[in-house]
Amino acid sequence: MLEIRFHGRGGQGAVTSVELLALAAIHEGKYAQGFPSFGPERRGAPVLAFLRINDRPIRLRCKIAHPDVVLILDPSLIRIQKPAADLKPQGIVVLNSPKSPSEIRREFGFTHKLALVDANTIAREVLGVPITNTTMLGALLKATGVVRLESLEEPLKERFGPLAVKNFNALKTAYERTVVEEARS
Amino acid sequence: MSGQPASARRVGMEVSIAVSYAVQMARAEAIAAYPITPQTHIVEHLSSLVANGELEAEFINVESEHSALSACIGMSAAGARTYTATSAQGLALMHEILFITSGMRFPIVMTVANRALSAPLSIWNDHSDIMAARDIGWIQVFVKNGQEAYDHTLMAFKIAEHPEVLLPTIVNLDGFILSHVVEALEFLSQEDVDAFLPPYQPKYRLDPKKPVTMGAFAMPEIYTEVKYAHQVALSNSYGHILRVWDEWAGLTGRHYRPVESYLTEDARILFLTMGSLTEVAEVAVEEMRAQGLPVGLLSLRLWRPFPFDALREAVKGAELLIVCDRALSAGGPGGPVHSEVRNCLYPLETKPATVNYIIGLGGRDVPPKAFHDILARARQEAESGPTGEFFLYGVRG
Repeated sequence: MLEIRFHGRGGQGAVTSVELLALAAIHEGKYAQGFPSFGPERRGAPVLAFLRINDRPIRLRCKIAHPDVVLILDPSLIRIQKPAADLKPQGIVVLNSPKSPSEIRREFGFTHKLALVDANTIAREVLGVPITNTTMLGALLKATGVVRLESLEEPLKERFGPLAVKNFNALKTAYERTVVEEARS
Repeated sequence: MSGQPASARRVGMEVSIAVSYAVQMARAEAIAAYPITPQTHIVEHLSSLVANGELEAEFINVESEHSALSACIGMSAAGARTYTATSAQGLALMHEILFITSGMRFPIVMTVANRALSAPLSIWNDHSDIMAARDIGWIQVFVKNGQEAYDHTLMAFKIAEHPEVLLPTIVNLDGFILSHVVEALEFLSQEDVDAFLPPYQPKYRLDPKKPVTMGAFAMPEIYTEVKYAHQVALSNSYGHILRVWDEWAGLTGRHYRPVESYLTEDARILFLTMGSLTEVAEVAVEEMRAQGLPVGLLSLRLWRPFPFDALREAVKGAELLIVCDRALSAGGPGGPVHSEVRNCLYPLETKPATVNYIIGLGGRDVPPKAFHDILARARQEAESGPTGEFFLYGVRG
């Protein structure tokens, strides 16, 4: 089972990302569970969203305490939430940042495997708005290969209608541009 | 995520949306509801299905839950297949009408997305809402995942509307923990649902051409007999419930029982859970078995009518029964489920000792570790004697 925790701010679409990826996994015949950190949603406040993907039915009905992957939509959350603190040792940090892996490691002390992409720039270029949730899914897929890129096409279409193509292009661009660096001891 | 499900298929969607599709596939004819977290997505989606012409039903927007259920009574009295949903304060505000619904024997189906009652204000899950409505005279079931929520919503109509049952039915679904989760489910085809659930044919209905009196008052000479008839009907609904569940098993392969057992063979210690705690407890019990501990799990699916015989049978051979409640009866014996379980087992000559743990109040997370902690403490209690009527797991201060 792969457990992924999304860190974002209210309005950035973390919950939507989790739903899209859960649907893509289910579409591939897998089992998935996507849910928000239940609470009164407030725009701009830190939010969590959770995703489990497995080949068998999933019976855990609790939050993800020790994720395999943390996906950080907004780097300003790193100092507040310390998302990698409870990440499994073999876990992956997927981060939206224009900086290089060594800069990020120096700044935040991450030792885990890193996947970095400048999602803000891609989202502005491709979508015309700095909303990075679908873009960051491209980085997540590059780092984990948890579902096929094309499995997201249908869920995107259902969710975004005519805007699905742009979102898929942003995701693909992020997939191509994501830099993955193995863990450092 | 709109559009009529056309054939049996595996789908991924939020559980609330799946429940609304179950209501659509049941061809509900009348809905009245007031939105309240975490039930909101169910009725929002139903309202759009009706507005889009995908469900031919009367959807009445009301100003409160008291009115929602009152409107449902009117529509059910007119002979319509009727549905509503609520949570927490909404269920509390319906309280008066809950008794009227069952007393007048209207087969309304209601989803309760279980949530803690205020105060303090909490939108998160526990069972304090439904436990405060224990004595309303409805059939009540609990579900542990999204598939069961879909299944039991459909089955509830068939059970409730049976001419020998005619009782309103609640499907309890843990708020957020189940209602807001996107997961994989299997939908039946509309044809299969139609064959399983034919249109509601009320024996009596409000009809100006054929007037009847409904909800007349009862003098002391008759009130007790009406209450007795209600009790007999609720108690006898048990057999009908089992028959509907058996029929569903034939259709889907998913077989539901009033008390369900998991890894209970040779178990000396049993947990008892309800709702979404059950699957987490299954994971924990598997881990305990792997450690060689003789632990099993019972889950109580049917809360009303209470499955006395099935529970007495299910605890046979166990030395200790750990009852996990998700509500607290303040100033009373602890959790309402434990209270009833102990009551049920009391007449038995040989019975397990029981201990009561209250967990997951107001959305407190319950990981498998909670059950390991509880087991360790319960075993200690079993040796050195109970330390109180109940234990509030994880409480600080």
